[in-house]
Amino acid sequence: MSSDLNIVALVSIGQHPKSGRARRAEQDARAVELGLRLAGERVQVLHAGDAADESLRQYAGMGLKSLRILQQSADADAVVALGDYLNEHRPDVVLTGVRAESGESSGMAPYLLAEKLGWPLVTRIADIVSIENGEAQILQALPRGQRRAIQVRLPFVASVDMAATAGRQSAYGPGRRAQLEAMPWVETADSERTQWQHAPARKRPKRLKKVKATTAAERFKAATAKSQGTGGRIIKDQPAVEQAQAIFDLLLEEGVIR
Amino acid sequence: MILDWLLPVLISAALALALAGAFKRASLWRAGQPESVNLLAGLMAMPRRYLVDLHHVVERDKYMSNTHVATAGGFVLSMLLIILVHLFGLESRWLAWALLASSVLMFTGAVFVFKRRLNPPSRLSKGPWMRLPKSLLMFSVSFFILTLPAAGILPDAFGGWVLALVLLVGVAWGLSELVFGMTWGGPMKHAFAGALHLAFHRRPERFNGGRSTGLKPVDLQARVLGVEKPTDFKWNQLLGFDACVQCGKCEAVCPAYAAGQPLNPKKLIQDMVIGLAGGTDAKFAGSPYPGVELGHAVGGPGQTITEGLVNSDTLWSCTTCRACVEECPMMIEHVDAIVDMRRFLTMEKGNTPNKGAEILENLIATDNPNGFDPAGRMNWAADQNLPLMADVKQAEVLFWVSDGAFDMRSQRILRAFVKVLKAAGVDFAVLGDEERDSGDVARRLGDDATFQSLAKRNIAVLSKYRFKRIVTTDPHAFHVLKNEYGDFYPNGKGGDYEVLHHTTFINELVQQGRLQLDAFKGGTVTYHDPCYLGRYNGEYDSPRDLLKALGIELAEMERSGFRSRCCGGGGGAPITDIPGERRIADMRMEDARAVGAELVAVGCQQCTAMLEGVVEPRPVIKDIVELVSEALIERAPAPKAARVAEVMS
Repeated sequence: MSSDLNIVALVSIGQHPKSGRARRAEQDARAVELGLRLAGERVQVLHAGDAADESLRQYAGMGLKSLRILQQSADADAVVALGDYLNEHRPDVVLTGVRAESGESSGMAPYLLAEKLGWPLVTRIADIVSIENGEAQILQALPRGQRRAIQVRLPFVASVDMAATAGRQSAYGPGRRAQLEAMPWVETADSERTQWQHAPARKRPKRLKKVKATTAAERFKAATAKSQGTGGRIIKDQPAVEQAQAIFDLLLEEGVIR
Repeated sequence: MILDWLLPVLISAALALALAGAFKRASLWRAGQPESVNLLAGLMAMPRRYLVDLHHVVERDKYMSNTHVATAGGFVLSMLLIILVHLFGLESRWLAWALLASSVLMFTGAVFVFKRRLNPPSRLSKGPWMRLPKSLLMFSVSFFILTLPAAGILPDAFGGWVLALVLLVGVAWGLSELVFGMTWGGPMKHAFAGALHLAFHRRPERFNGGRSTGLKPVDLQARVLGVEKPTDFKWNQLLGFDACVQCGKCEAVCPAYAAGQPLNPKKLIQDMVIGLAGGTDAKFAGSPYPGVELGHAVGGPGQTITEGLVNSDTLWSCTTCRACVEECPMMIEHVDAIVDMRRFLTMEKGNTPNKGAEILENLIATDNPNGFDPAGRMNWAADQNLPLMADVKQAEVLFWVSDGAFDMRSQRILRAFVKVLKAAGVDFAVLGDEERDSGDVARRLGDDATFQSLAKRNIAVLSKYRFKRIVTTDPHAFHVLKNEYGDFYPNGKGGDYEVLHHTTFINELVQQGRLQLDAFKGGTVTYHDPCYLGRYNGEYDSPRDLLKALGIELAEMERSGFRSRCCGGGGGAPITDIPGERRIADMRMEDARAVGAELVAVGCQQCTAMLEGVVEPRPVIKDIVELVSEALIERAPAPKAARVAEVMS
């Protein structure tokens, strides 16, 4: 992996699902973790918002010397500021979370940034295996632990899935000492959002599943059963050669063998 | 005779060397961090601390205590008299006879030291320590014979060249081991460093029958948080490590060592000595950390401890049960040192093993270790109709619920306690969702920042209400509230309230006749002392009195009272979960089975969880309050009616 790689991880202020308290966002922490493993301390961690936010220290505690903050007020559009900054600095890789834990939480930030920069976007990645000769080998996370191998040319934007390696423990001391470099940055008001009306979310009633099981073992099975996949073929009575061929074709199709 | 002029030379040379060694050793300690100690008061108090407090600990082993009194007393007396008689040449029959007597005393002691060393138990260090009894014998015999002429028993020029030469060797050997060996790192170092350690102890409250068990707070603005290098310890901690006699009493009681986890408190202290002086552990002559080979540990004053000297697994194996500290005849503070080093690993390195990081993150985000909704803290008591402090503002007793609120097994203990409180008509209230984790686990895992944040917020809540006492069923919360929150009160002393464990409180209710108890019907019962109730807070009697009030004749385990063995649940050990050969809880259950117990009474939900984790068949585990609530004879509803009237008025 080339050592002069310029990687930027974008971080937001997370929100704990139970307490609602601000924290480092889980997916963003994974983006920082991936950046740290690819580029070590040289990974640049970028946030658009308020430099006084204490939860930024939780990212810093992962072993960062500094964090760069584009100073923005709460009702500014962070995507515009981030886009301008990235356009100016043109890193090789931009890592984001899939969806923010607070704010709009629309999951649009990576798409809008990629569009603005004109770069490819790889969604929900689990890992970047290698970056060589301007090309990255990426594993994309699919449901049920499956992975898809993807090759993409630099530069690109990638959103990091929960399937990626969890963010390392944040240490208090380094977090305290890290430098938060606040940069004054042009603010663009989020014109769309100002027109919105906010109301607390209502819990939707959940339909109860009728459990026919009579024993604990059956209930356990019902609770843990995987959803049945649709499609597929049942090959039962054909000759062995045909059966083998069908399996081989499937493996080729899924990219398990080439 | 040649010895007439050579002896004073030898003695003064030995004393000079000892003095030089003392300065050298002291400079090693002074490399540590400053800590203000009243030097003069310490030195003045030292003889009493040695003769009374330390002797109390040593006296638990009568053989060794008598041996040590004879040997050490004989030596100190002999040495003073030797200086008078043989160095200054005072010609007095009386002094000479006294010297003869003291060397006989020393000799007698040394014979018993020798006997103990013939077949030493595995906890004792061998190596140079095997040489010590011979040195003691050599010293006492040589000076005995040398003093015979001065006492007028033998003529001045007795013996001949041969005897003179033999005595010369004996004196040189004896002096080098016992006089300058004291400050140059021999086995006798314990006398020199030990005396100063007692004088400059970091917890002087421990003397005169006192107790000091709360951890010291970290200065969060410090250059480095916790202890990275030996020189990051306070100077008197370094001095304390040097006081170790390698008797291995700590090793014999350490639950982690017994479970085959890579911790041996004695070895740890010796590794700290290697750290402060520099070197390797190749010459260590005691038991190694289980599963770790000797000879690979290298350290020095300026080197990071966990990089080469001590593996971090060793530090995370400790359950902070304080058994080692309780047993240590030199009053060394093992747990303080371990937590200091953990603080570096957690707060500087972000390297708390296994579930540690997750638990700490939850504590930061939700104020409870398992990340439950902090607004669900009172769900367990939905049907209990408990008065909330936020509503009543004041009560006689504040019931500190603790994180047991989120655990279904612990909830049974909490409900039992509520039943007892109501039966006795106690005026109590709870904090409800305003309560937070006490910070115990965060602190033992080395995250003092999170502990301090929790403590300060809890104190802010406590300060809003008026109550006389806090009662809790969790000895960990009890300890932290009682002994560790004081540092964070604005006045630096603590709140104006008393903190009690529920067994103490219920026992009081029973003594006052506010509870009517039926006799316990069941088989053999034993009682497991929780470390944080017993060793940390000295409460051994109330739980036993209470069990007695239930008509229970306890079958005491061999390791009980201040020698109780940990359940394995303290210090975040179940979270860091360092592998060993056995589980500590299984060993504790063996102790209970050995006395034929059918029921183990406990006073701690952590102990309950650990002991109930032992595979069945095994004795039943019950908190004392559960036993009390089962035996409760509920009175006529008179007090209840009175209460209703009160509410109505």
